[in-house]
This record gives sequence, C-alpha cells and structure tokens, in this order.
Amino acid sequence: MKSQKNKYVIKDGRVIDPVQGLDEVIDLLIEGNKIRTLGTFGDKDGEIIDAKGLVVCPGFIDMHTHLREPGREDQETIESGTMAAARGGFTGVAAMPNTDPVIDNSGMIRFVKETADRNGYVEVYAIGAVTKSQEGEELSEMNDMMNAGCQGFSDDGYPIKNGHIMRKALEYSRIVNKVIIVHEEDPDLCEGGQMNEDFNATKFGLKGMPSIGESIMLARDTAILEFVGGKLHIAHLSVRESLEIVSEAKRKGLAITAEVTPHHISLTSSCLATYDSNLKMKPPLRTKADVKALKKGLKKGIIDAIATDHAPHALFEKEMEFGSAPFGIIGLETAIGVACTELVKTHILTLNELIEKFSVNPARILGMGERSLKQGNDAYITIFDPDKEWTVNVADFASKSSNSPYDGWKLTGYPVMTIVKGKIVYREGEFYR
Amino acid sequence: MEIKTKDLLGIENLSRREINIILDTAETMREISERAIRKVPYLRGKTVVNLFFEASTRTLASFSLAEKRLSADSINLSSSSSSVLKGETLLDTVRNLEAMKIDFVVIRHSMAGAPHFIAKRLKASVINAGDGTHEHPTQALLDLLSLKERLGSIEGRKVLIVGDVMHSRVARSNIWALKKMGAEVSLCAPPTLMPYKIENMGVEVFIDIDEAIEEKDVIYVLRIQKERQKGGLLPSLREYIELYCITPERLKRAKKDVVIMHPGPINRGIELDPRVADGEHSIILEQVTNGVAVRMAILYLLSGGKSGEVAEE
Repeated sequence: MKSQKNKYVIKDGRVIDPVQGLDEVIDLLIEGNKIRTLGTFGDKDGEIIDAKGLVVCPGFIDMHTHLREPGREDQETIESGTMAAARGGFTGVAAMPNTDPVIDNSGMIRFVKETADRNGYVEVYAIGAVTKSQEGEELSEMNDMMNAGCQGFSDDGYPIKNGHIMRKALEYSRIVNKVIIVHEEDPDLCEGGQMNEDFNATKFGLKGMPSIGESIMLARDTAILEFVGGKLHIAHLSVRESLEIVSEAKRKGLAITAEVTPHHISLTSSCLATYDSNLKMKPPLRTKADVKALKKGLKKGIIDAIATDHAPHALFEKEMEFGSAPFGIIGLETAIGVACTELVKTHILTLNELIEKFSVNPARILGMGERSLKQGNDAYITIFDPDKEWTVNVADFASKSSNSPYDGWKLTGYPVMTIVKGKIVYREGEFYR
Repeated sequence: MEIKTKDLLGIENLSRREINIILDTAETMREISERAIRKVPYLRGKTVVNLFFEASTRTLASFSLAEKRLSADSINLSSSSSSVLKGETLLDTVRNLEAMKIDFVVIRHSMAGAPHFIAKRLKASVINAGDGTHEHPTQALLDLLSLKERLGSIEGRKVLIVGDVMHSRVARSNIWALKKMGAEVSLCAPPTLMPYKIENMGVEVFIDIDEAIEEKDVIYVLRIQKERQKGGLLPSLREYIELYCITPERLKRAKKDVVIMHPGPINRGIELDPRVADGEHSIILEQVTNGVAVRMAILYLLSGGKSGEVAEE
C-alpha cells in the first residue's frame, strides 16, 4: 500500500460511536480526509478494507505522552513516539512539556508542532508548561503558547508546590480557556519515596510515598478550583482517597476531570518483590484495594479517561539498582491490550465505555470538540480486535525504549489499524506517512 | 544436608529447614575458630570479592576472617576505592569483577534490592551483607546462633526489638528469622520510627518501653543514628534516652535471666546503658564471635558443601 487510494471502504466492522449511540456492523466510506457516509458499500465504491470481527471507532487520543524531544532523542523522538502511538491504536497524543529545554514558550510549541508535521505519524497536541522551566515560580506565557497551537498546560513530572502559584495558574488559564493538567504529589510527604507506602514497602525496605501525598494536593487544588474557577484535569489518579475528592468535586459541578493509567489498574506494589525497575514510576503502583476502586471509578464515570503516561527511559538508566533507576514506564503499545484485558474482558466496562475513555472524553477535555464518526467529520479512526490474544514482546515495539513491565505478558485486545484524517498510518505491522 | 540456592539474599525466603542447616553447620564452624590453627581447606581455590558500598567494620572483618579461615582468596573493595566514583554503574562493576573469574560476591549497599539486582545477572553466588533498609540476613543468622547457644531453643521465646525499626535491616531480617524459628516477636519504638503496617509481619507493636519489656526473654536493642532528629523523626536524643534507653532499672521488669543483644556499633548511653551493654545479661560479643562461624557456614554451604561433613580436628 505505498500509495493510498483517495477512497476506501471499511467493510463489515462493528462500528461503535458513543457520540451517535451507534453500535452495529456497518460499512464506512472514507473519501479524502473525511468520513463520507455509513451504510453498505462494495468494491465499486472504493478499495475494500476488511474489518470483519474488528471494532471500528473514533480515533483514540493518549492524553499523556512523553515524547522526549527535544533533549533525550536517545529515549524517544517525535517520530518514534508517534510510531509507537500509531502501533498502539492512537490517532493523536498530548505531548508533555518536561523536555530539555522545557516547552514553556511559543517557540518551543512551534518546534513540537512543526517537527510533528514533518516526522510524526499521528497528531501531536502540544502541552505547554504552566510555569517557566516548570520551576513552579512564574507563570509561562499561556496566551502566546495557545496562539502557537498549544492544547493545554501542565507541569507534569512535578507538582505545583506553591498554592498561590496554582491559584494564579487556574485564574490566568481562564484567559485562554484551556485545561490545566496536574501531577498531584506533595513533595515533602513523598520525599525520597521509591514506591507506595504500604506493608510491601516495609517488607522490601523501600521508602514509601503515602497515598495522602496525592490526595492532599488534589484536595488543595479542588478547593482552589472551586474558589477561582478554571478547568482542572487530574493526571494519573491512583488512590482511593483521590476518587472521593473528584467525585465530590464533580457532584458540586466543578470543571474537573481525571485520567487513570493502564498500569495503575493492572499492577500493584506487591509486584515489586523482584526490584524490577520497570515497575518504578510516579505515582507508584498502589494496593489491590486501590486498583479495585479505580476500576469502579472508571465505571461510575468519576474517571473520564485512560491515558498511558508513556515515559521512555534508556535501558542503561533503568538497568540499575532500584533506588538509582528513574521513574517511568512506556505504555502506548500495550494500552489497548491492558485496558481490554482488565476492563472489557472482565465486564467492568463495555466497549462503548472503553471508547469514551480513550477517545471521546480525551478530545472533550483537551477542547478539541466532538469525537465522532459522523458523516462529514475528519476521519480519525481506530480499528482494533477486542478478543485477540497476543504476547507482548518489547523487541517488536516501535518505541525507542523498552522499559515496559508487560514484556512476555499475554493480553487480550489488539490494535489493528490507525487512520488519521483519512490516511492509514498504521496497518498490521506496517507504517505509512 | 545442603542448601540448593545460588545466593543468600534474605531471610524472608529461607525455610526453617534451611535455617537449621546453616545453624548446625555454623556450630561446627565455630569450633574451627577455637583451634590452634584456625584454617580449613573447604574454599581453597575459590575467589570471593567483598564489595562494600557502605562503611562497615564488623561485618567486613567478619566476612574477611571467615573467608580466610576457609582458605578462600578474597579481596575487599569499598566505594571509595572503586570506580563508582568515576561513574561506573553497579552492573558494570560486578560484570568486570566476574570477568576476572570469581565465585562469590559479598555485597553491602545502601539501596534495597541491590544484591537481588546483581544476583539475577551473575553466575557467581551473591551474599547480601546488608541492603538499605531491607535485609541483613547474616546478622539475623548469627543472632539466632547466639540465642540458641545461650537459651538452648528459640521456640516460644519472647523477644523484644527496641529502637529505630524503620531504618533497620537488622530488625526486618530478625523478625523473619525469629518468627520462622517459633519465637514471639514484639517491637517498641517511637511511632515516628516504626514502619507502616509492620504489625502485618505478625509482631506486637508497643510505644511504651516499660510495658513492652515485661516478661521478655530477649531484648534486642537497635542502634539510634545521631542524625535522626532531622526530618522530624525525633525531637532530641536526650528525649529518646529518657523514653527508650535500656537501663538496669528498666531491665528489672523483664525476665530475670533476660538476654541483651545489639548488632553494633553501640551508641553507649543512648540506646543502651553501658552497665547493661557490659553486664551479665549481654551476649553482644558472643554475637560477634558467632558472626564469623555463620559466615563460614554460608560460604561453605553455598559452594556446595553439606552440613554434617565438616571434619573434626
């Protein structure tokens, strides 16, 4: 498929579109960038892509990706990261700004956008830093960054320690009407922490980060949100206590949303008995009770989105004694598999709900409008097989890094094809730009 | 009887049977140190690297002597003399050592899991000589040997561990070891120095030392590091002494023939009154003597030796 046809038919797939309330086996006619129409088509109408037994749905967006460019191109680049995204079934990723240098000005936003236009396989939504150099002291130029194409703001990787700065950031963000994505971690309560503070931390002799290190900051930021307004999105929510706070804030009608990572719903701190540094990340793996609560939170809609927090690290940095290894794991190429295995196969979420968490809600939170397969819309489409069993092999990853704890795992749910604005960028092992 | 594992990384995963094999072998080894010629050929031709990334006097000397008495060739490397200062990773350091053909790495490291990390990647046997606040298995084994020597049996004995449990690998290894051998274990410390959910290890937790000490057969005193008032763990050493120092007066509440233990080095007058440290109840120096025997036994067993086959003089 070196040159793609301008017109093709995705045939016999199970089309699920939460926005339209659609779930039926139907064909999709794509013409140019657009979804031309839904119905029954044959090869006279365009090239046939057989989607029998597969789910065809609005394109997935990973709200939380670290692409590492600029600064650590040995770990990941915009090119390799977007290949990993395409292979994982994502038509777009939100790129976090904790690069080197930090993406905290319009020039850096342009660099990300232009590099993505040139080298990217899927769309890249640039997230700008809330504060200059992510130092938590002075606000960055949100308006200028927004004019350059910035999609939201975050100091992810770090909490905004100073409550006054957090307040001002939320206030100022009202000028641009963009979301502020927060990494909730009380730096004093979590100082020196290597894993969740629980009995396993005591057993393994690793310094703990308590659950309240997250929930206390979240409680503060929710209070600020209620006081001054703005839009707040909670990155990688991981503990029971946080769910209660978000639930209460939503009940009050505050503009708050939250995401959970695939690893926080599939792994617990007990896995760390091996001291495998591919299980080291922030927030840390929590307890069984937290995992159970997070799944329930997804079901009840307290958690809006599933996002990977794809954080590539070089092998030599991860091949260290646990305490010396950096925090973070990659997740783009295992997200659908882990989510289908943990949530769909177990009947916690329907496929419709899963697609909301991966597609509809991330688009809404990032202010990108309605994500749907409606006639005339740009064709952002993810095609996956929710029932296919496969074995993870990091050697097959498109990512430059291999810091995944899922290597060798058997997962159910496999991404098959990724379509960005009508163009097939990934199809069963092959990439197209 | 033999030990089947390549490494000794902790007590948590040892069985009672394995512990007994080590203790039985150590009893035989103890006798070797009493001989006129304190040397046997069991590890002749074997090479041991003592890789110490943290300061140590007692443990390093104890391992070195154990290795020499078994006729092993051994070298000592400490972080100040190693290429860690030049930025070499732990993995590169041990891979280079292994390229020189070695049989054992005895490692002490400030980070929990460092011995596990290298054990997975080396053919050589790895012995954990203390990893962060995780485990110090040879210490717990020498403690068991010393208790067995003094009390005959450990089953059913009431043991109290006092002090900075939070930062203590000795405490963790001893809790596992004592519980496996059937002792009742209690802990006593200010709550600021007690690790989260430690009671899940099957121990009773006390705040009040006078209450905790009652009817105990053994009091195991942990070292208090002098910098603990930083970070809000203790207001002052003065107050710690007042609340927790083991004094002859406090000891009266314990059993009459109570045994006092300490892993060393002692902060005299802080966690332990000198009169108690040097008194009739103390077996602190026996612990040190037994340390050599236990380490000889472990080296011998991990190199494929069998208990009951150590030759009498």
